[in-house]
Amino acid sequence: MTNHLIDLKDLDNSAIRELLHLTDRFVEVCQRPIPKVPALRGRTIAMVFFEDSTRTRMSFDLAAHRLSADVLEFPTHTSSLSKGETLQDTVETISALGVDALVIRHSSGGLPREIADGVGETIAVINAGDGLNAHPTQGLLDAYTLCQHFNGSAGINASLEGIRIGIVGDIKHSRVARSDVTAYSSLGAKITVVAPASLQPDDIEDWPVEVSDDLDDVLPELDVVGLLRIQNERIDEELVLSLDEYIERFGMTEVRANSMRSEVVITHPGPVNRGIEIADAVLDKRPNVLVQKQVTNGVAVRMAVLFRLLGLGIEID
Amino acid sequence: MADRERRMTPPYGGVFVARTTVLDASQVRRALTRISHEIIERNQGLDDVVLVALQTGGVEIARLVARILFEIDGVDVPVGTLDVALYRDDIALRPVMPEAETDIEIDLGGKVVVLVDDVLFTGRTIRAALDALTDFGRPRAVQLAVVIDRGHRELPIRPDFVGKNLPTRRDELVDVNPEGVLLGEMRK
Repeated sequence: MTNHLIDLKDLDNSAIRELLHLTDRFVEVCQRPIPKVPALRGRTIAMVFFEDSTRTRMSFDLAAHRLSADVLEFPTHTSSLSKGETLQDTVETISALGVDALVIRHSSGGLPREIADGVGETIAVINAGDGLNAHPTQGLLDAYTLCQHFNGSAGINASLEGIRIGIVGDIKHSRVARSDVTAYSSLGAKITVVAPASLQPDDIEDWPVEVSDDLDDVLPELDVVGLLRIQNERIDEELVLSLDEYIERFGMTEVRANSMRSEVVITHPGPVNRGIEIADAVLDKRPNVLVQKQVTNGVAVRMAVLFRLLGLGIEID
Repeated sequence: MADRERRMTPPYGGVFVARTTVLDASQVRRALTRISHEIIERNQGLDDVVLVALQTGGVEIARLVARILFEIDGVDVPVGTLDVALYRDDIALRPVMPEAETDIEIDLGGKVVVLVDDVLFTGRTIRAALDALTDFGRPRAVQLAVVIDRGHRELPIRPDFVGKNLPTRRDELVDVNPEGVLLGEMRK
């Protein structure tokens, strides 16, 4: 179908499962005394981040390095883009340099797909987050982390069948929520999104989820609580309720965490607003908080994606 | 040859059709018993000896060799598995998928590693395996045991322990498992 990764919605369930199973292999590679393989020697991957990012950037960098690929930094702030070159021209230039893949993050939803359509098969385009649209590697790493937690690994038939997952927070402005929903639902999980009405997306009826605005109501029914990052400026603009009210109704406070079964898992894509989405004590002390696991698995997932697109010589179908 | 490699070997897909039985189960067992004795003799015992089976064809063979080594010498030799897909020199030239598990839990530093595979052919898998091993430590020595050496080497690699030398055509396939060794070819 394609040699790009733009949105998990482009992949069928078996392609998602295949990427997760491939991740099993790279999790093992990352645990070796020398966690590096020569698989992508001689390949060059350009990192083009128009939006600030630390963890996704470092994670892609490390994934590329561990596959022995060369990494090219595209300085978005000082490039010819600031001299008026169009983005498409810039991409053509990067492509003409002999780059094999472009990892791109941009605040404009849909831009990675435009670029992918523009370059065709010549280079692989990997979406590292576009606007409110998608963040496919985050969706994969969250799904992988849950598979690993519940089943030990993804295995050939990765599944979250029977797992009840709540996604809590600013669903409306979250590309992570969108990609998580795609990944989780393709693996058979039952998903409930929990947010105040003002932070629910307008097209929520089309999502394969249940919807609630009452966390305490759904909490007893959940196996996983996926917290999303709240952007403080949004609270003031759109949320209608104050920060204190938000914490009271949707924050993972100590009281709320204590009310849950200890097996219930908490995830957060980071960076965490301590004391808002999750209380310090819960983040630091509670068992089954998988935040660090998510970060660790992110590298292996991105190795799987890069290897799948650049190393295999066959398309994702 | 394992299903996975069969699928990945040109022509892709197809069915393995056996023409001759090269070794039957008891002959395989005898060959592995001889190899086991040779491993012990060469290394003057089994101190520091570790078997590393190449995925996927070497795994069953290595487990069988480990069992025979135990019967002969009473020593439980560790068995690891290694998938060399990520070290191959034909990545992106043909579909190479690291589908099988690598499981080497001990530090190979100072050990005598006996690589175990079913068939030695071009030598490229072994070349990849030698590279992969260095990421798990620095073995004192690496030796190679194969059930079948079918010739057609493309690299300067030779086995230390061989079940049987079998002259073949390049387009033939050799299928090895503890129940026997078959020579045949892929048909569409």
